[in-house]
Amino acid sequence: MTVGLLFDATRCIGCGACASACKEQNKLPGPVEDETSAYTWTTVQPKGDTFVRHLCMHCLVPTCASVCPVAALHKTPEGPVVYDSEKCMGCRYCMMACPFDVPKYQWDRAVPIIGKCIMCTSRVKQGQPTACAEACPAGATTFGSRADLIREAKDRIRQNPAGYVDHIYGLTEAGGTSVMMLANQPFEKLGLKAALPGEPPAMRTWQVLSNIPDFVAVWGVFLYGVHWITARREAVSAHQPPPRSPGTASTDDPHTGRRS
Amino acid sequence: MTTSAVLPAKKFRPGFWTFFFGLVTIPFCIVTVLRFYKGLGAVTHLSDKFPWGLWIGFDLLCGVGLAAGAFTLTAAVHLFNLKKFEPIVRPTILTGFLGYIFVITALMFDLGQPWRIWHAIVYWNPHSVMFEVAWCVMLYTTVLAVEFAPVVLERFGFHAPMRIIHGIITPLVIAGVLLSTLHQSSLGSLYLIVPSKLHPLWYSQLLPLFFFISAIGAGIGMVILESYMSKRAFGRHLEMDLLEPLARAMVVALGIYGMMRLQAIARNGAFSAITDFTYEGRMFLVEFVLGVLLPVALLSFRRLRTDPTWLVAGSFLAVLGFVVNRLNVSITGMEGAAGVRYVPSFPEIIISVGLVGIGMAAFALAVRYLNIFPEQAVHAEGRPEGG
Repeated sequence: MTVGLLFDATRCIGCGACASACKEQNKLPGPVEDETSAYTWTTVQPKGDTFVRHLCMHCLVPTCASVCPVAALHKTPEGPVVYDSEKCMGCRYCMMACPFDVPKYQWDRAVPIIGKCIMCTSRVKQGQPTACAEACPAGATTFGSRADLIREAKDRIRQNPAGYVDHIYGLTEAGGTSVMMLANQPFEKLGLKAALPGEPPAMRTWQVLSNIPDFVAVWGVFLYGVHWITARREAVSAHQPPPRSPGTASTDDPHTGRRS
Repeated sequence: MTTSAVLPAKKFRPGFWTFFFGLVTIPFCIVTVLRFYKGLGAVTHLSDKFPWGLWIGFDLLCGVGLAAGAFTLTAAVHLFNLKKFEPIVRPTILTGFLGYIFVITALMFDLGQPWRIWHAIVYWNPHSVMFEVAWCVMLYTTVLAVEFAPVVLERFGFHAPMRIIHGIITPLVIAGVLLSTLHQSSLGSLYLIVPSKLHPLWYSQLLPLFFFISAIGAGIGMVILESYMSKRAFGRHLEMDLLEPLARAMVVALGIYGMMRLQAIARNGAFSAITDFTYEGRMFLVEFVLGVLLPVALLSFRRLRTDPTWLVAGSFLAVLGFVVNRLNVSITGMEGAAGVRYVPSFPEIIISVGLVGIGMAAFALAVRYLNIFPEQAVHAEGRPEGG
């Protein structure tokens, strides 16, 4: 069973309890910043009269985990996408590749690591909800199994079709995510990435990478074949007499004799 | 002094560029200390919104691409048996080798924790293009080092290892071509993962192929430019009989590349960005007109191709266009989605320029102390007979 979070923007009152709880749970230094950073893993931002949370979406097929050359990021069976700072060498490809622009970097440190929401993975492993969900006084962020959350989200839309746009953000975005959102207006207006491909971006590179063994075999044989032909051609021409005027048959040549 | 018949091929003659790069050395050292003492944020304009800048766009993508002459020429000579290109194989392998050293050094600046660069050897993620890139860099640098080793070994008279290398030259060259093909294209594959971020003028499922073909074009352009610069610096003649067919190959590569790029843009329906003359459209025009249309148009004429001035001009344009293309893919094309404009900081530029200078100095030193140009034409006119 994989777990996840459901954030309902129509219920959020913008109190920021989730952001503070996150700081405390993950022992992140400094005050809660306006935008997510290596030290602020989630924020609540006002957009018009609604509030929207920003946090790692914990993709079902995480792009960050697929691009990391040293496998410092991976999706746990429980759902969270976690990060191993001991492996990371700081290439920042995860930041480039993430369709939601989630991983952030410690630009101010000489020995920097990546910072992003890890869905309170130690709590989740013990069966507890995330710190943000536990802290939310308005029930805007709820924790549960992903299947239950999808059912819940669909129920809310069905029961109040006028109060919601008919879309669960995260159901299919970038191949689906463990964090899903509901809102009463289009998600791009809330500053969320819209028009994301429905299949995980990782599939596009895997299409190329998975063909490398075949490619190496075919290209290698081809190159060796070319070498074999040209080398053979050179060897043959080295044993043949120099070109002469047309009409002279090679067998007539007294010096070179017949075939060698 | 134009009448001098004997040009001192190995005499050190400091010129403008020597002083220029000498001057860059001091800020280069300062920035290096700052970068490792204070972190990336202190010296670069990189940010959470724009995590990859000049050091990836120029140092990595261009450094690898411009080293592409090495595999193109070794394949031509050792596999396709085009023996006449033999005289320029050594300087080209040297360029490739120095290019890869340049890339690795630049990575040491750009990686957050460069002392962990060996992690790519022990922690595997075969799903990552960057993992492929890391292995290609490691393996191909090794191949280039072995391919270049005879030049150093013969200098010190070590003949036994030279014989071994000579014996494995065919598998070595094949490995080099394989690794280069993989690596050139994998740099394009790096950007396959960002379909929602890279501008449609550059995003395509064929990015790996585009990077590969354009690297062949630019790699050949570099070979021609390098012959020209060697001529200027060391008083050598331009081997027009070698460079003219190379230019033809470059025109073919660029032509194929140009057609495929236009098809990809048409398929993305992105021509409007050009006709609307947007920021991205203008940058694309710079890249495409300078780097593809002009060199193809110029060097299609035999008369211009056989004229050293036009040949060098066309090659220079191709290389310049290649650099603009890589910067466009890595910077221009990514700015829209990031919502910020990235302009490299002065320290970022200092590091890149300084590394180029070190590379050029290394090339000059190698030419002076090693037999890089085998039939060293010391005399301005008349090349040695036979051989």
